[in-house]
Amino acid sequence: MKGLVRAEFRRLFKRRVTRLMLALLVLGLGTIITAFSLASHKIGPSELAAAEARAQSEYETQLRFHEQMVTECEAAKSRGETITDRFPPDCGREYSPQREQFEAEWFLPYEFNFHDEFGIFISVFAGIVALAAYIIGASYVGAEWHSGGMMNLLLWRPRRLSVLFTKLGVLLTSVLGVSLALGALWTVALWLIGKFDGQTGKMTQGAWESFAISGARGIGLVLAVAAVAYGLASLGRHTAMALGAAIGVGVISEIGLRIALNIAGVKFADRYYLSTYAMAWFEKKWTLEDWNACNLSFSGECRPDTFVVTWQQSALVFGLGTAVVLIAATWLMRNRDVT
Amino acid sequence: MVCAMVAVLEIEGLRKTYRSRWRGERKALDGFDMVVEAGQVHGFLGPNGSGKTTTLRTLLGLIRPNGGRMAILGREVPAGLPAVVGQVGAIVESPQFFPHFSAYDTLSLLADAGNLSQQRVPEVLEVVGLRDRAKERVKTYSLGMKQRLAVASALLKNPQLLILDEPANGLDPGGIREMRDLMRDLSASGMTVLLSSHILGEVQQICDSVTIISLGRRVAAGPVADVLAQHSSGAVRVRLESPADLPAAAQVLVASGARVDIQPDHLLVTGVDKPSSVTRMLAGRDLYVSELAPITVDLESVFLELTGTAPVAGQHRQVDESAEVPA
Repeated sequence: MKGLVRAEFRRLFKRRVTRLMLALLVLGLGTIITAFSLASHKIGPSELAAAEARAQSEYETQLRFHEQMVTECEAAKSRGETITDRFPPDCGREYSPQREQFEAEWFLPYEFNFHDEFGIFISVFAGIVALAAYIIGASYVGAEWHSGGMMNLLLWRPRRLSVLFTKLGVLLTSVLGVSLALGALWTVALWLIGKFDGQTGKMTQGAWESFAISGARGIGLVLAVAAVAYGLASLGRHTAMALGAAIGVGVISEIGLRIALNIAGVKFADRYYLSTYAMAWFEKKWTLEDWNACNLSFSGECRPDTFVVTWQQSALVFGLGTAVVLIAATWLMRNRDVT
Repeated sequence: MVCAMVAVLEIEGLRKTYRSRWRGERKALDGFDMVVEAGQVHGFLGPNGSGKTTTLRTLLGLIRPNGGRMAILGREVPAGLPAVVGQVGAIVESPQFFPHFSAYDTLSLLADAGNLSQQRVPEVLEVVGLRDRAKERVKTYSLGMKQRLAVASALLKNPQLLILDEPANGLDPGGIREMRDLMRDLSASGMTVLLSSHILGEVQQICDSVTIISLGRRVAAGPVADVLAQHSSGAVRVRLESPADLPAAAQVLVASGARVDIQPDHLLVTGVDKPSSVTRMLAGRDLYVSELAPITVDLESVFLELTGTAPVAGQHRQVDESAEVPA
């Protein structure tokens, strides 16, 4: 078994698709980090003073425009012209710009706040890594089947399920390792952006724990995605099976079903889309609202009906989906004729 | 060659039926039997679609049989396959490898998967003549080079039983001769070789024994010489000094109980005990023989006869149109 595991690790990382996807992954994540590093600026007294000055300048400019408009209006009025189509009533005197309407913070540069924003970055990271994991997972076994490499391997290792699960184990271990390594770099890079080009915020132990749990959920999703891709490509003995299924599910679930359910007027139709469960998975819960319903509050406010999708429900949906695909792949691997 | 009477491979009553909702049932193997003895080069012959590759795939655990018994090196397969697979090197049908890996990487990964020493990789590359091209990607290889790589992968384990499905496919004439010599050498070293091939001249030259399959059943088996002898007509070709005497000679021979087929310049005579009696009978009637030669059969003619696949002028034989043999 050791030899097979070693061979499969070597095979996985020798593959061009794996190397290309890893390179693109590093490049993509690096580009995001670089972009945010360039976009974020630490805000100090000088930036605040500059923003205050710009707000004042903007106020004065608008005041000047307003006075000019009032003057033009008065002039037109004195000439007996009809002004109602061009100017507000009373020449807009009561709409004079107020200083407090021009807030200095509008003119501050973007400042990254690690504490407030890193949660979203975890989702972005997981989404990008999941995409790469899907392609790597599908190609790893799909190309092997398609090229005849799998048949060759089975001539050496006739215990089919052992081969199937060793390959899956190698894939998931590799995806986990790469995710952890890149995730650590991603965290450090964004923390450094916060430290030197923005704010880190108040990072308590609780905040770190919350990020760690979000990161674990993200990596969990990445592993599930890789396993589903592997299972689908194994079922179809071709990479295209997994890629086609992904496109098919995307088109059916996110476009076709959305249109059909909207036409049918189904309440909380979003609960039938996979993307809703992905959001709930990352956000812990995702609340759907039905604005056709009006529930009056004590203050007379109209409140919509709500439907909450929890991360536990997401776990069930994704877990069941992954299990079904892997069970089907296992059954077929055990029973199919390799022709 | 060594000819021990120990069966390395045994197949009894092997059955495989493919069922399709639309096309119905097709019996790929219909009670097929085969025995390969240790140290032999055993030819496995059959027309396209006769069940050769299905047999090999079933033997190697790639296809699940519907019935019958198989054993390799004394172990029942497929149950015992994991125990003996390390001693069985095989290539099945056309060589298939991941095209973007080099030959060296391909073999190196297989060596790892089989817990073999990496030292075997350059050794087998040398044997099959790919040493200098080993670092090139397989996608750049010709069919013959892929075939050599396939043989190298089968030899990697230094197996006791080597199963080769059409190993000469795509090889140049030099390569075919090298393959023939390689198999002779392997057999001489004690390895048993099961060789599936359509190049019957090659099979006749290098195989000790053969099994012929048609429509999923064995139609002939045994040492090559025995199979040829069983299907030899015992006919002799007779030429006379004067072709004008052929009708008279035919009458003499028919009168003695022989069967005679008169050809423009010779007679084909069957049903005589000894060829010398033909000379004696004809000389007694002043008819003098200028040539007396036994008609030899080759494996190709036996194969075509047994499988019913000899071409017929004006007909297009379809795959699966082979001779029916009794169950």
